[in-house]
Amino acid sequence: MSEASPRKTSDETGFREATRVWLLENCPPSLQGKSQVAIWGGRKWRPENPDERVWLERAASKGFSAPMWPVAYGGGGLSKAQNKVLLSLLRELRIPLPLVGFGLTMIGPTLLQYGTEAQKREHLTRIARGEVLWCQGYSEPGAGSDLAGLQCRAEEDGDEYIINGSKIWTSNADAADWIFCLVRTDPDAPKHEGITFLLMDMDQPGVTVRPIKLISGSSPFCETFFNDARALKANVVHKVNAGWTVAKALLGHERSMIADAFGVGGTGGTKRVSLAERARRYLPSDKSGRLGDPVLRDAIAQSEINARAFALTVQRSKDGMRAGHNPGPESSMFKVYGTELNMARHELMVRIAGPQALGWEGAGFEADELALTRDWLRTRGNSIEGGTSEVQRNVIAKRVLGLPD
Amino acid sequence: MELRLSEDQEFIARTAADFVKEKSPLARVRELRDKGDAIGFSRALWKEMAGLGWPGILYPEALGGAGLGFAELVLVMEELGRTLAPEPFLSTVLLAGQALARSGDEAKMKAWLPKICAGDAVLTLAHQEAGGRYDLDAVSTTAKANGAGHRLDGEKIQVLDGHVADALLIPAQTDGGIALFLLPAATTKGLTITRQQRLDGRGVALVKLEGVEAGPETQLGAPGAGRALLHDAVDRACVGLCAEMLGAMQQAFALSLAHLKEREQFGAPIGSFQALKHRAADIFIEIELCKSAVMAAARALDADSPEVPALVSLAKAKCSDGLILAANEGVQFFGGVGMTDEYDIGFYLKRARAAELSFGDAAHHRARWATLAGY
Repeated sequence: MSEASPRKTSDETGFREATRVWLLENCPPSLQGKSQVAIWGGRKWRPENPDERVWLERAASKGFSAPMWPVAYGGGGLSKAQNKVLLSLLRELRIPLPLVGFGLTMIGPTLLQYGTEAQKREHLTRIARGEVLWCQGYSEPGAGSDLAGLQCRAEEDGDEYIINGSKIWTSNADAADWIFCLVRTDPDAPKHEGITFLLMDMDQPGVTVRPIKLISGSSPFCETFFNDARALKANVVHKVNAGWTVAKALLGHERSMIADAFGVGGTGGTKRVSLAERARRYLPSDKSGRLGDPVLRDAIAQSEINARAFALTVQRSKDGMRAGHNPGPESSMFKVYGTELNMARHELMVRIAGPQALGWEGAGFEADELALTRDWLRTRGNSIEGGTSEVQRNVIAKRVLGLPD
Repeated sequence: MELRLSEDQEFIARTAADFVKEKSPLARVRELRDKGDAIGFSRALWKEMAGLGWPGILYPEALGGAGLGFAELVLVMEELGRTLAPEPFLSTVLLAGQALARSGDEAKMKAWLPKICAGDAVLTLAHQEAGGRYDLDAVSTTAKANGAGHRLDGEKIQVLDGHVADALLIPAQTDGGIALFLLPAATTKGLTITRQQRLDGRGVALVKLEGVEAGPETQLGAPGAGRALLHDAVDRACVGLCAEMLGAMQQAFALSLAHLKEREQFGAPIGSFQALKHRAADIFIEIELCKSAVMAAARALDADSPEVPALVSLAKAKCSDGLILAANEGVQFFGGVGMTDEYDIGFYLKRARAAELSFGDAAHHRARWATLAGY
């Protein structure tokens, strides 16, 4: 038996030391120093390294796969401060997160807010143990920015709903076990008022999945088709026809996740080699060490200055939140600016690399050059996914600036 | 570095906002311009600001100041910047005041800083020459050894409040590099000061030095310290200017938003049109970034951080582009009336240009950022 459970330790230093010891003892050595490994879990999961499963199971029984969720639902019950310590230790020891995925970041927090007790016990526990991989069924071929215009129908049939329609951009649907879905339950109501938030098992004959190939090559995106698919009524989250409220709450979790990824410390794609370092590789410098191309030099400085100003603004918002200010619709600003910054940075990396940025595969290009080509193409979607920049600007104009409809 | 205001700082900002609302509307700047006021600001109001302790915010209590920092000063300057208040913060408090305060020259500090804090003296630093653009080292004014002192010849341009300054700090080339000479305006022979008219109405002057005899007592700081004092003073003034610009861009944007909500065309408020909404959203974002930049630069100065030069350049690059954006778009939002002198938005357009091209434009500061980062 090890020492007292860390969550009973109020002393942060004690928690840090106990946790460090626990991590080093329990994370298999083959995963220590491998922080880039992403552990998704799920029924179809077949990790190349079997130690990934060992690590997930040990961390889950400790509560470290969902550190801040209540213990009753399979979480660790850690405080914010303890969670911060845990994350910083994982970073320091370069140990992979025990679990990643939409279960943890999107549907989990949403169920904590809106789920019934039974839903929380069933779904959160299975998420925390990594037994079920979730995907998101929001967008449809005919409902992108106008998400509330969605047409996927759900009709009552006894204890169940029968679902017909299709969803697009369902990331990892081909690997996922369950989907959280927006479906139309009242076609006659105003469009925001006839939508229900429904959870559905993907493992049934009425669900088919087709992967989508992007301009950058392969992708996690899929199109998902429902043909008389079935879901229990017990899997409606919140109330029937009140799904839009739940949908918005979940979008908030999604946006803050995206802003985090693009904001401070995130890579959002290509690894953070400084732009100046890249420029040194492709461009001549003068005797004093100054980049010889004044236009690119100015563009690099501009990109770095904007990135720093953005990071300072994210910090200012967080400092303000600690002082009790609530994050408002201005968080749309982080989505717009964070993604557009990342896109501009990739454009600039391509300009810096010149013809070496044109490789698709094969000879004559370094591996990181080939990755840049794909990463740059992929970033073109940053201002589209998760609510387009245009939709975010509408939100800012209406809800922050008070401009009329 | 914590990027939020303390309660005391929030109080200072509120006090300044109330003061500006009551005593310094933009109409005052318009009036000074229209009557061709020889001073260009209000000495009475400057005295009132001194009563609130503003010119002395940065300076030690022993010298009549409040012993606070840039974190507080930028809050006051941001509010004053909203209505383009012309009182001599940049010239007196920052350019000259900071050169004096950092010189270690006790006698000059004691002679001038209490007067600056009390609003009883106007001082300035002549940091620009024709053709030098933003290179502070491009000083062609000469200081030739002359007995125990120097003999100064040269010309300085757009010296802030030079036409009303009680004393001027003049950078000049000596055999040992750039030195600063503090010359009383009234009694220095060979000094010719001519008011210049700038598009934004801010008071500036041409300062000509012809055989000016500067005694050893006029030189500021230790020999060889002049260049660093000049650079540091201009960096500090630059942060003050950024705070003013931050206030100006917020006010220009506030005027624009009010107009977008009120003005109707095609049977609807023009602010309901997406083409304008999205541009307004972009201005909002740029202003938020500028707020963070100014806050960070001020805190870096107070902490004497090694990042000061980079954060000053970051702030000036962002605020230059941000204010130009808010002002240019502001005129466009207003449409035809935005081009008339009767509407206030034009004042912000003019100030935007003047501020952008002071202490280095955005490209200058991006180049400096690159140099500091080693590329």
